[in-house]
Amino acid sequence: MNDVLGRYRALTGQRLFWPAAVLVVMLAANTIYRPGFLSVEVKDGHLYGTLIDILRLSAPLILVALGMTVVISTGGIDLSVGSVCAISGAVACVYISQQPDQNNLPAVLTALAMALGIALVLGAWNGVLVAVIGIQPIIATLILMVAGRGLAQLITEGQIVTINSGPYRAIGLGHVLTLPLAILIALVAALLVAAFTRRTALGMIIESVGGNAEASRLAGIRSGRVVFLAYVLSAGCAAIAGFMMTANVSSADGNAAGLWVELDAILAVVIGGTSLAGGRFFLSGTILGALIIQTLTTTVYAMDISPQTSLLFKAVVVIAVCLIQAPAFRARFGRRRSGAPPPSTVPDQPKAQVPA
Amino acid sequence: MTTGSLTAGRRWTARLPRRHVPVLATLVLLLVMYAIGVSQYRAFSNVQVIFNVFIDNGFLLVVAVGMTFVILTGGIDLSVGSVVAMTAMVSAALLQNGLPAALVLVIALLIGPTLGLLMGCAIHFFEIQPFIVTLAGMFFARGMCTFISGSSIPITDGFWTSMSQERIGNPRGNFVSISVLIAFAVVAVAAYTLAYTRLGRNVYAIGGNPQSALLMGLPVGRTRIAVYTISGLCSAIGGILLSFYTLSGAPLIGIGMELDVIAAVVIGGTVLTGGSGYVFGAVLGVLVLGVIQTLITFDGSLNSWWTKIVIGGLLFAFILLQRLIGIRYK
Repeated sequence: MNDVLGRYRALTGQRLFWPAAVLVVMLAANTIYRPGFLSVEVKDGHLYGTLIDILRLSAPLILVALGMTVVISTGGIDLSVGSVCAISGAVACVYISQQPDQNNLPAVLTALAMALGIALVLGAWNGVLVAVIGIQPIIATLILMVAGRGLAQLITEGQIVTINSGPYRAIGLGHVLTLPLAILIALVAALLVAAFTRRTALGMIIESVGGNAEASRLAGIRSGRVVFLAYVLSAGCAAIAGFMMTANVSSADGNAAGLWVELDAILAVVIGGTSLAGGRFFLSGTILGALIIQTLTTTVYAMDISPQTSLLFKAVVVIAVCLIQAPAFRARFGRRRSGAPPPSTVPDQPKAQVPA
Repeated sequence: MTTGSLTAGRRWTARLPRRHVPVLATLVLLLVMYAIGVSQYRAFSNVQVIFNVFIDNGFLLVVAVGMTFVILTGGIDLSVGSVVAMTAMVSAALLQNGLPAALVLVIALLIGPTLGLLMGCAIHFFEIQPFIVTLAGMFFARGMCTFISGSSIPITDGFWTSMSQERIGNPRGNFVSISVLIAFAVVAVAAYTLAYTRLGRNVYAIGGNPQSALLMGLPVGRTRIAVYTISGLCSAIGGILLSFYTLSGAPLIGIGMELDVIAAVVIGGTVLTGGSGYVFGAVLGVLVLGVIQTLITFDGSLNSWWTKIVIGGLLFAFILLQRLIGIRYK
């Protein structure tokens, strides 16, 4: 008996356990509600099914959340990603819409490069504000968040720019090797970030800067440069996510593109177990968090609930996950950390306790 | 902390306490913008233009006052815009169901503080970051709005329409609405609370340094929960004022309002790390936003998105100013 309990505790102590459990519960609930939920079929050499849709639609969020993870682990936060999405999408779409042949691949690539370049400049602006001038991250990126929406509307002149470009559409809806291109792009980005942070010393340097910027500077790490690069990376990821969002609908809307994606991304990062205070970060947790959020959204759509009301569910999930992860909450209700008294009840009980 | 900052101010300049500089800068900016308006457009000098800024932004003023409390403790409240919308929505829905206006007012004014209280408790007892908790509050309140109704509900109640149409003014035709007077009352009460009561002193102390405040024996937890409750109450009052103004409850109204409010509070000189700032500054910040909008309306050739770009630019300028004069209490 004791052995079983011990194993249970070791399992629930895993940082990915609770996010994974939530995801599995949601998938199970969906399958019960709609038995065809899990089925995936091959049509015209592509995979089709709700699960694939969830993967495809979660790609932009995964990208944004990746950049956000790195920024948050340096002890910062990037509120401007939604605006950067809108700006990059707007730049790319406006450039393509002015071309005589919108299906021209070099023209589309030029548009992408231009938009990505602008996004990197915006990221550098954030980085300079935070790392060089030393403004609080939340407020430094708030500037671009507010002004960026205005800039995006300025670029599209307040219109919704519609384009009809095959290559650009493919970023959002295309398939490669039976899988959606979008999720492959997100996967490659995730692997790149993981390789750079986990196979080199960079990850540890980022975590040390997030843990204590001054101490790591004294230890010989150029904290400023690391923080600066984190914001540039975040903006770059946001730009690619912006391409996907606009490609999905083949149009750029300065107002709506990427609206609230920064909040979803922060949520994904927190669900994944990275502390908002900075320090250690978990890329796999972030990806899991992004999948949870997208599954929740898709579930709500599938169950015929108004998309806005899905926010209610999101609020409950956020609070539940945050409470489960909060040390103070565990100490109060779980008593698993102290170890001395055996856990009398399953620490799952508080899930739906606090409404908001 | 007051004496410390005063002596620090003396070194910089004999007369001007350093912590007053951001507020004074905002005041100067406001006067300059008004002067530009008057010199460019003849109708701008009409007193009614100023009154209209107050009428159009009365609810924003109240919400900004609540946000000032939260930011002074070093926290942040992202839920305000949604709570404003939810309050307006709840009042509209209840009135539509035929409840008496007085009862609706009481219920509507209770929802916001309750949500604020819950959020404050989650922040204090479970040590979750305010950003995340109020984000969840924002989702919750916005979700409730659409849960109540997917489309906007008109208000035809007699009390509401009379509050909306009542004009208080002088014989020359200049007037303000009752909402403006309510907003002024809230500002006055808040300013008094912050400056002259124990709660106000505690708020500044916690914003200055929560650790020292705790060691001094100040009720950190109670104060922290109180500021989120106050912010919730202010958002509820703001929601009522908004429903007076628009005579309806709309599920999507006030999206992004939290950013406007935070921007107004920062432009008004409140430091986001907490511990320094005034309610008067928040009033000036809201006025700056209002005058920018009025200027853009008067110009006619500029588009509405320029408002956002200008607000972003001003935010940058004021944060830079705060850095330059070196307000760092932490």
